[in-house]
Amino acid sequence: MASYSTNEFKGGLKIMLDGDPYTIVENEFVKPGKGQAFNRVKVRNLKTGRVLEKTFKSGESVEAADVVETDMQYLYNDGDHWYFMDPQTFEQVGAAKAVVEDAARWLKEQDVCTVVLWNGEPISVEPPAHVNLTVTETDPGLRGDTSSGGSKPATLETGAVVQVPLFIEVGEVLKVDTRRGEYISRAKE
Amino acid sequence: MPGAGWRPTTGRDFLLRRARLLAAVRGFFAERRVLEVDTPVLGLHTVTDPHIDSIAVTPPPGSTPGAAYLQTSPEYAMKRLLAAGSGDIYQIAHAFRAEEHGRLHNPEFTLLEWYRLGYDHHGLMTEVAELVRSVLGALPVRRFTYAEAFGRFADLDPFDAGPDALRRCAARAVPGAPDLGDDRDAWLDLIMGHLIAPALGAESLDFVYDYPASQAALARRLPDTPDRAARFELFVSGLELANGFHELADPAEQRRRFERDQARRAAAGKPVPALDRRLLAALQAGLPDCAGVALGLDRLLMLQLGAERIEQVIPFPAERS
Repeated sequence: MASYSTNEFKGGLKIMLDGDPYTIVENEFVKPGKGQAFNRVKVRNLKTGRVLEKTFKSGESVEAADVVETDMQYLYNDGDHWYFMDPQTFEQVGAAKAVVEDAARWLKEQDVCTVVLWNGEPISVEPPAHVNLTVTETDPGLRGDTSSGGSKPATLETGAVVQVPLFIEVGEVLKVDTRRGEYISRAKE
Repeated sequence: MPGAGWRPTTGRDFLLRRARLLAAVRGFFAERRVLEVDTPVLGLHTVTDPHIDSIAVTPPPGSTPGAAYLQTSPEYAMKRLLAAGSGDIYQIAHAFRAEEHGRLHNPEFTLLEWYRLGYDHHGLMTEVAELVRSVLGALPVRRFTYAEAFGRFADLDPFDAGPDALRRCAARAVPGAPDLGDDRDAWLDLIMGHLIAPALGAESLDFVYDYPASQAALARRLPDTPDRAARFELFVSGLELANGFHELADPAEQRRRFERDQARRAAAGKPVPALDRRLLAALQAGLPDCAGVALGLDRLLMLQLGAERIEQVIPFPAERS
């Protein structure tokens, strides 16, 4: 089984801890001049996103996690699983609802997402940073009001709800920031 | 296309401050009539310390001698000078330690090391404080015994605590602490590095002295409490800045410590360097009563300039060298 020595630790390295895959967020080398060296790391659980701290005796080895981040095209979902395809190999994977989580409300067919695969199985899905989505429901627009600061909720084709300016109407295509869950602008045609 | 990797990581202003620090250090010792010396960076022997790993250099096949090592400190060579009658000496030396890399570590770094005849570790702490205050300003100086520092900052008696107490203390202080089993000194190092050192030197120069004999390194034992050694360290802003000893002069005890170190390295599956027989012969010939200290000059410069990372004060850190 592949493993890493603490000497190879750095941000982004994928390791196994207590049966779960983690990514190293921060690695600090702590060593008294004459004494035992330690590596104090912050690691993020790739399944839950939880960050925890861990201290290793330097020189120890830790099992490597077989984790790859890959860009995949979202195809469709059947309510239980969301299906993605590798655009190079056309290989498909199904991600359970719990894995897709929050990302589901931004996923539009054909969009390219970052999928994290552990031993070939998807464990997290990140939607594109910006997506273009059509408004399916919102209060009638206030025509001509393109300046005032007011906003109203709008439901998008994927089911997500974002705050939009008052002039936006049903049927318009909006550019949305998925990390912040915010309206950016009308999508350019 | 050539990248920006050829450039130094330090600006010219930092180069200037570094040059000024070196000049100030030389001035400090010139005034005190301490002689500057220069010993080999590449040596036939190296240290046997369980936790200091040397970088071995392999000469081309057929050349003599065989293995040689980049020196992890100039200590042994300087002690041979002392035994040969050099009197008080100092050196600004490049030192090398394998696998030491991080915010406060570069595998190649600069040590200021000096020895004073007739001093014990208390006398040398006073002189270290004078030098550091001349660079960082007139900070107050505090001195804690190792036992006091552990009592005050970790609520632990480091000489008395059993394995369970050490484990509990580490679990409180260190998130996700490793299991160090019955390695007492490793537990103490963990607590020192994660709990005590970060609490030291916030607005003062904090010395910790009289270390456990198991961590004596090259310090002599205290005559009245032989479970403690005449070793000190200086902490400023949580950084370990200097390490000094009232030097062990007894060749038989030195040999026993080397052999114990070798056994510990062998047990840990690490390379086991040969004993430095020339150092032992020098002790046999007679090391004058003296105290010595090594101070991390890069770290002193970091403190002077408020730098967060060592590469801010080294123009070409390892990955750019």
